[in-house]
Formats: sequence, C-alpha cells, structure tokens
Amino acid sequence: MRLEPIDNPSLARKIALPAAALAATIIIGSLLVLAAGANPFATLGLIIKGAAGSKFALLETLNRATPLIFTGLAVAVAFRAKLWNIGAEAQLYGGAILTVVIGTSALAALPSIPHLLLMAVAAALTGAMILLGPVILKTRFGVDEVVTTLLLNFIMLLFVSYLVEGPMKDPMGMGWPKSERLANEARLPRIVTGLRLHWGFALGLIAAMVVWIIQTRTTLGYEIRAVGHNPAAAKFAGIPVNMVLVKTALLSGGLAALAGYSEVAGLKGHLSLDLSPGFGYTGIIVAMLALLHPLGVVISAIFVAGIFVGADSMSRAADVPTYIADMLLAIALLFMVLAILLTRVRLVRG
Amino acid sequence: MMEIFDILLSASFWAAAVRIASPLIFATIGEIICERAGVLNLGIEGIMVVGAFAGWMAVYQGAPLWFGVSVAMCAGMLFGLIHATLTVPFGLSQHVVGLGVTLLATSSSYFTYRLILPKVPSPPKIEPFQPIEIPILSDIPLIGEALFHQTAMTYGAFLLAIIVAIVLYRTPLGLAVRSVGENPAAADAQGLSVTGLRMGAVMVGSGFMAVGGSFLTLSAFDTFLFEMVNGRGWICIALVVFGAWQPGKAVLGALLYAAFDAFQIRLQQTSIGSDIPYQVFLMMPYVLSILALIIMSRRAEIPAALMIPFRKGER
Amino acid sequence: MTLEVVLRLAGITKTFGDLVANSGIDLTLHKGEVIALLGENGAGKTTLMNILFGHYVADAGTVEAFGAPLPQGNPRAALEAGIGMVHQHFTLAENLTVAENISLGTSSLWSGRLRLGQSKKRIRQLAEDFGLLVDVDAKVGNLTVGEKQRVEILKALYRDARILILDEPTAVLTPQETDALFETLHKAVAMGLSIVFISHKLHEVMAIADRCLVLRHGALVGEVETKNTSREALAEMMVGNKVEPPEVAPIQVGATLLELRHVSTPDMGTAPGLQDVSLSLKAGQITGLAGVSGNGQAALSDLICGLGLPEQGQLVLDETVQNRWNPRDAVQSGIARIPEDRHHTGTIADFDLSENAILETYQKPPMSKRGWMNWSQAKAFTESIIATYDVRCPGASTKIRLLSGGNMQKLILGRVLEGNPKIILANQPVRGLDIGAITYVHNQLLAARASGAAILLISEDLDEILRLSDVIHVISEGKLSPEFPRGTKTPAELGLWMAGQGFEGEDNCAA
Repeated sequence: MRLEPIDNPSLARKIALPAAALAATIIIGSLLVLAAGANPFATLGLIIKGAAGSKFALLETLNRATPLIFTGLAVAVAFRAKLWNIGAEAQLYGGAILTVVIGTSALAALPSIPHLLLMAVAAALTGAMILLGPVILKTRFGVDEVVTTLLLNFIMLLFVSYLVEGPMKDPMGMGWPKSERLANEARLPRIVTGLRLHWGFALGLIAAMVVWIIQTRTTLGYEIRAVGHNPAAAKFAGIPVNMVLVKTALLSGGLAALAGYSEVAGLKGHLSLDLSPGFGYTGIIVAMLALLHPLGVVISAIFVAGIFVGADSMSRAADVPTYIADMLLAIALLFMVLAILLTRVRLVRG
Repeated sequence: MMEIFDILLSASFWAAAVRIASPLIFATIGEIICERAGVLNLGIEGIMVVGAFAGWMAVYQGAPLWFGVSVAMCAGMLFGLIHATLTVPFGLSQHVVGLGVTLLATSSSYFTYRLILPKVPSPPKIEPFQPIEIPILSDIPLIGEALFHQTAMTYGAFLLAIIVAIVLYRTPLGLAVRSVGENPAAADAQGLSVTGLRMGAVMVGSGFMAVGGSFLTLSAFDTFLFEMVNGRGWICIALVVFGAWQPGKAVLGALLYAAFDAFQIRLQQTSIGSDIPYQVFLMMPYVLSILALIIMSRRAEIPAALMIPFRKGER
Repeated sequence: MTLEVVLRLAGITKTFGDLVANSGIDLTLHKGEVIALLGENGAGKTTLMNILFGHYVADAGTVEAFGAPLPQGNPRAALEAGIGMVHQHFTLAENLTVAENISLGTSSLWSGRLRLGQSKKRIRQLAEDFGLLVDVDAKVGNLTVGEKQRVEILKALYRDARILILDEPTAVLTPQETDALFETLHKAVAMGLSIVFISHKLHEVMAIADRCLVLRHGALVGEVETKNTSREALAEMMVGNKVEPPEVAPIQVGATLLELRHVSTPDMGTAPGLQDVSLSLKAGQITGLAGVSGNGQAALSDLICGLGLPEQGQLVLDETVQNRWNPRDAVQSGIARIPEDRHHTGTIADFDLSENAILETYQKPPMSKRGWMNWSQAKAFTESIIATYDVRCPGASTKIRLLSGGNMQKLILGRVLEGNPKIILANQPVRGLDIGAITYVHNQLLAARASGAAILLISEDLDEILRLSDVIHVISEGKLSPEFPRGTKTPAELGLWMAGQGFEGEDNCAA
C-alpha cells in the first residue's frame, strides 16, 4: 500500500472526508457516553442545549470563544510559517499581567478608550517579546522552538503564581492569591447593554479580519507562506527568512497576549492562576480544525467553546465526566488532520 | 555556604536525585527509541499520564505491582500505535499528531478516572514498591544509600538504559532502527520494512514512556493526582537533545537534572531559601533545560531523517 | 556465450495517471551478459528497473528470475532472488559506517548479535576480488562519490547478487573512474554475473554492452547486438530523428562583468569549499565549469547566488568589490540564477505559477507597493512568461508541483531572463529534462550569449560543457583549473583534470 497524490481533488471529496471525520468523532463520543452509562442521544442533546439552548447559554459560549479566537489566530499565524508556537499559554499570561499592571496603575486617571488601547498595546508587545526569545534561539542557535515555548509556559505560570502571592497580591483579597481589580475605566464594556458579551469578542472578529488581510493581501503574508512551505527556496529567492520568522513571532505572540487582555479586561477583572484553563493549548486545536484559515478560526473557536460549555452543563445533569469534551476535541483533531490528508492523497496498491 | 555543603554531602539528597531521575530515564529512553527511528513523539507528556493512571488503577483494582507496570506499558503502546499509524504510513505532521496524542491520552486518563471513581473526595492510595537494599553495596557510605537503596523500578530504569544501548549499537535490530532514522531509503533498498520498524519503535518507545509515568504512582508516590506529570515529558524531550540521542549520555543528563531538582527542593528549606520566593526554585529546572538546549544545539548527532516521513518510490 | 536465461521480463506495463511510463516491455538477460538499457531521460528506464526491483508494482506483465516468478512490490524478494541494484541516487545512510551500510538487513533482525567483524572480513575479500577498494570503517558521509558507488556495488555483491542493475552509474564519475568501474564489471561478468547497464551515454554503452535495448516514450523501440550497430544508429533509435547539436556562432567577447579574486569559502558538510579560486565571467561568453559532482560546484554556485560572502578574497561586480552580498543583492545586480534543484530551491511546490514567478521580485513595484501585493500584476507577468516561454500548463493559478520538469524549468527561465540579465548562472540547467526541453534551454542560453550576457554553465555532463562553452574551467576538490579555450583540450585531458591531476603543477607555476 502506498499514498498517491490526487492532482485535482473533487469538491465532494473535500466535503465528504471532513464530514466523515466529524461523524466518526460523534460515534466514538457516543460509545464513551454509553461506557459512562448514559444515553448518547440525550447526552448530545444536553450538550447542544447547554451550548446554544438559551440566550444565556449562547452568550456563555461566545464569551468562552473569545480567548480561543485570539489563541487560535496566534497558532494559525505561526503554524503557517511552520513556527511551532506551543507557548500561547505563556503569552496569554504575559498579556494579562501587563493589562493588570496598567489597569490598576495611576494611569487609571486616563479616559476609558485611550486607557484600554494602551493596555492592549502593552499586552500585545509583552506577548510578542515572550515569543521573540524562543524564535531568536531558533534562528541563532537552532534550538527547537517546540520545547522552549512549552517550557516557557511552566516558567510563566510560576511567575504569575509569584506575582499574585507577592508583589501584585490584592491586600483586600482575603488571602486569595489574586491581583487587585481593574479600575472601571479599564474594563472592556459590553457590546450591547444588558447582554453579557464584552467588546473582546468584537475585537476578536476584527483581529481575524486583519490577519486574513495580512495573509492574502500583503507582502508579509506572502513571505510567511513561502517560508512555511519551503524555507530553502524562500531563502534562495531572497526572502529574509529569519526576519520573517521574527515578524511572525511578533504577530503570533501579540495575538495570544490579546487573549489574556480580553479575559482580564472583559471578563475576570483581575489576574489569578485560573485565568486560563489551557486556552493556549486549546488554540492549537482551534487553529488546526480551521485549517489555519483566520476566518475559519472564528467558527472553530465558537464550535470548540460550545463543546466545552455544553459538556460542563451536561455533566451537571448526566453522570458523564466533563473531560469528555477534551477527549472529543482530541479525537476530532486527529481524525480531521487525517481527513484533510486523504482529500489530497489516496491509498493505492503497490 | 555551609548549608549547601550539608545538602551535597547528605545521602538522602543523592538518593532523592536517583529517585527523581528514574521516571525521566524510562521516558527519555523511550523517546530516544522513537527519535532514533526518525519519529519525534510529542505524545510523551500524555503517554506518561496514561502510564501513571493505568498502572495505578490496575494495582488499585487488586493487581500485583509488576502487573500494574505491564498494564502501563500496554496502555502506552496503544497510544504509541495511534501516533505511529498517523505519522508513519500516513506521514502526518509529527508536531500536530504528537500534541493531539498528548491531549487524547491525558483526557482519556482523567475521563476514565472520573468514570471509575465518580465521587471520591481524595484519590485512594495503594501500597507502592518498597526500596530493596542490595547487600554489601548498600553499606558503602553516601553512594550506597543513594544507588543501592532504591525500589526495583529504579534498578529497572538503569537496566533498561543498558539494554537499549546494547540493542541499538550491538544488534542487527538496533542497526535497522538507526538506519530508518538516518536514511529510510537505504533501509528500504536493503529489503527492510521502514513502516514496520518505525511503527515498532514508536510503540515500544511509547511503552517505556508510560512505564516512566507509572513510576510516579507505583514507586515515587502511592496515588494518582491530576497534573502529577507536570511537564516531565517535555523535560525528557530536552534531555534527548542534551544526551545527543545516546542512552548513556541521556542517563547522565537525567541524573544531572534530577540532582539539580533535588538540590533546589532542599535549598528552599535553608536560610537562602527563605529570602527567595519558592517559585524561583521551581522555575530553575525549566530554565536549566532551556539553557542545556542552547548549549547542546547545533550538533551533528541528530538523526538525519528525524521528522521526515518516508514514502516509497519518492525521492 | 551460454544461453542460460537469468532474467525475463514479459509485457511490463505501468502508468502514472495519464503518463504511460512503460508499455508492454519484454526483456531477457543471459548468464554472463551485459545488456544496456538505453533511452533519453523520461523514456521509462528507471521505472522499469524499479518494477524489477520491487519498488513499484506493474499494472501488467511478469518478472521471472532464474526460472522462478518474482513477486512484485517486494524489494526483499528481488534481493533474495539474487538481484542487486545500484541506484542513480545512492541509498546509503551517511552517519553509518561502510560496514554497517553493507551488512544492514543481511541477518535476521531477531538474531542477538551484530557480527560486524565477520562482515568486514568478507567485505574486504569482495573488495579485493572486484577491485573496489574502500575503508570499511569509514563513515559513508566522509567518502567521495566514487567510493560511495563502490559501497553500493559491494552491497549487492555482499548479498551474493547474480544480477547487477546499474542505473546511470557513470553520471557521477570522472572518465578515469568510469574506466575503473568498467574493469570491475568485466571481472564480475567473468565470474558469471549478469549486468543491466542503464545509460544515455552512447560511447559507454558501445564500450561495455553485448546487447542494447532502446526505450523511447515507455516502449521498446529496438534491440541490437552492439557489434552490429554504431553510435549514430543508436542515437537515432533513441531520439527518433537525427539529432543536430545547436549551432554556436562565434561572437565578440566583451568586458568582464563578474570576477572572483582569490576566493576561498568554508567546506559545506562533506563537499569542499572553494580554495583560492579566481574566475572572470565576460560579456558574450559562456564559461563552462566541468567537474565531478561534490567538488566545490555548490560552493561556487552559492557564492554567486548570494547565499554567502567569501571567507577570503573578493567578489567583484562591474569593478566594484561587494561587501554586502545576499540573494536579493545578487538579483538586483542583474544576476539570473538557475538553481541546481528546481524542485526544492528553484520553486515552492505548493505555490501556484504566479506566486512562483514573482518570488524574486515580489517586494517592489509593480508586484507590490508599500507592502501591499498587486496580484493582478503578478498574474499578468506570469501569463506573459507562459506565452513567451511556452510553458505548458492549465493556467497561472495551477500549483507548480503539477508541472513537468521541463515546464517548471521554463517558468524559472522566464522568471530570471525577463529582465534581460547581464550575468547568468546556470547550474545543471538540463538535468532530468527530455530532449525537447534540453534543446530549448540550450537555445535560450545561446540567445542570451548573443545578446551579450556573461554566462557560467555548471554541469557534470562533459558533453554539454564541450558543446556550449567558449572557455572551460575544471573544478576539483574546490580548486579551479586554468581557463581552457574551446577546442584546446580533449575530453580525456579534461578527465584527468577532473580527477585532480594537474593542479599541483599549477601551484608551482604560481609560486
């Protein structure tokens, strides 16, 4: 058996295979639910209801999707250049730290909009700097960025732990390890008054549009794709490969940091160690399910968030552990990359 | 300064270093097997979780300890099979599949844990491996207690490293595994099955990673906690680079790392430790790993075909 | 000659998509016989041998070795039947030793010990018997190309191969090394082995083969005893009509456009860097660089392409010494670069034709302005190349990996020649192309010469160098020979230079 490329895959193949991947995921999910002694149809119903069954549920899903849009975009941008940024978690916390520092500082006297902008810029720069380190190690010394970005996540979490137990600890926090709350001017307002959805979500949509335009319309986007596909050919043609990687890193790190900014300024209002339940890692799934397409990231972030929110609500009603959400996403990811491959190649004898 | 000497001269410190190194040795050897065959296995972190969980759960259900280790090995091989199927014959991105396998393995463990023990407030304990004193050798001061007063699994870790080194360098099988990591086309032209060798290496390597995970629940501690692997898999990836893809050097690297880890734990309790936030100490091993990667990078030992899928008839 | 048939192929047919690589090919090989499989690139020779060796499965047809049918798609079965293949691209693991490479896969994977000592003894014996001297403990990565080929032949002999298949074995050898190879093959035949010799070099085929089989467009078009034929007759059979070498008109040589002054560069892995190389490229002149691959051609090509500055010495363009030098500088100085590997450095496989056409010019108007791409300009430019250079493709938005090698090379030619470059670096510009595309590329180079470009032609094919070059340099171990004007050296004399002879004397003269 071997794989043979298909020159012009049919549209049917392009649709049917990913659909089959999704169906296979649902079937395995049903088996898991059966193993937990519950009814698959009822459970699926509960998940959907929990994710989108009411105005409250839907808004909850969109709120949960917001940081995933940013981390998903961060991963999508980096993976396009084959820059394996697995450190969105660290960049997210970096952005969150700066958001809190500026949001609780004397600058609080500023009017709301410049204050919010300043926080966003500072957060993005911090995230960019955090990814810059591993990328320079990669380009200068050939150190694999997968391991360095992964290890930085652990270092960053310990640093945040130090901050919220030490210098940034809220004196009024009754001993809880968390920072002071942001000033009201430093909070992202709700998009529509009365609806629990903040401007971070809108910012996510804008970011997705901007990334899409960068990728398709600018020389940087062209360079990123060239470097990702074939760095040797890109270098030969005169594309400054290392510089492109650095620019990609700045963009990717900045986007991931905005997830932290939006979570702090839009939702939580303070920094704590449970700010992100792995948004940085989930961003990888979001980006892969979207095939690294920036607009697809929005849809897949909402889908992934829906599964998490739905599974949370379902596990309260049925006796199925909430970890089924992570399992389903992992299975979906693996099936999806296989399905995408099989749209381009087929198995043949000999 | 005296406090530092006290630490370095205490037998318990060296014993702890050897203990901390043991799971890392298992998993690093496992990763070396995969990478020598040309496959980067980023599933390592999750596979260690699976090993820790499966081994412990088997023992909790009444199985003997060594049976628990075997269960861990089999669970690891199962996830290794998933990884190998996607990365070897299909040639999918080893980065993406590895991370996917880590996520799948971790969440499956947690899901199964909750399924079997839905309402326990704190995880139940088991009776773990006990230290075995090697007669005579364990009486040597300092070294005796450090090296020869350990559990059977620790001895197993060092034994495994020796066996794997012998197999890699002294047997036709080892030569075949190294050749598919260096140039799969050469192995193919000599009638070897590249797919078979690579898949086998990934499965066996994953099995050892899982055994490394089970060391945590069956030997180092007596229970299964979420997050207990805590980045050890990623450290092992760094150790493989540090050890230049050689079992001997990797064991040395694991011991060095473990000694440093044991040292920082003890340093926290000294007067030096009280002045510095404990997080700084906890960060040290990760920082050290990054530094090691920088120093050891750009070397020629990397298997030439690492991360390059092989497709027959393509050049 | 005995009439024992050792190998019989019958009705072999293989298609890849629409391409018919082999159609109904019959072939028999007798004991102690050398047959040549002759054909242009793309005629189907390699496909046929890959089927025989189990790398591909034929759509139809049977293979029989020593009277027994050979199961297809299984290299192991071919090896066990006593068939050994020496591939055009070596299949050796560079980080393993010679002995490890040769003994790989020869004993059961489950046997406990690797008996390298015994293996080495046997390899040394074989090496002596067949005249294939090589250090068994050396890492393959440190060997020369000729030595690597010896390892490949030893691999087959070590497995007691009775049939040797050699795929373009002389492409990487000097004429002298080729003679040594023929010596080895004669010994092998004398010991009762049979040989299939694949080539497109007629004089070699005439020298070694008992019988010639000619392939054209995947079909067998002729089978003759060597003693009953001539080079001309074979050439006609191979190409289908009389081949005319391109006319090279005399031309006025102009000023020096690019000059290297005493340049040295670091080694590149196992390939040597340049050692004190001086070279001038003059307007209206094709400078040919002959040499066996891996002797510093890559270093010279990389230097001119802008991938690095010399460690010592100067790179001079238009009488200006270059201190900053990168690929973009090279392009902007008017150097057209045709890279050696069009698949991996010349193009980006997953980019479409437009995206590939603007790789060197995307960053400036009209392709982009202030960082914004102008895709309609890119498309127009690409369509003009497609029309001017006769690139056969469905359109500008086709992925380039779907193009044939010849059409890919035409796009690269269009990309680099559109700006009327003053200097052209052509590194192996026709390797792997069919005869039509070769002629096309050569005519483009001659046209550029006529319009005053200075051209450096790097090739491992001495015939190509001799045909096109006004002056010839030979490169060996990173050193450059003096300049030999057209017609002043015979192929045999150049061969000696390629083998490294003559350079010492040159050093003495300089001192």
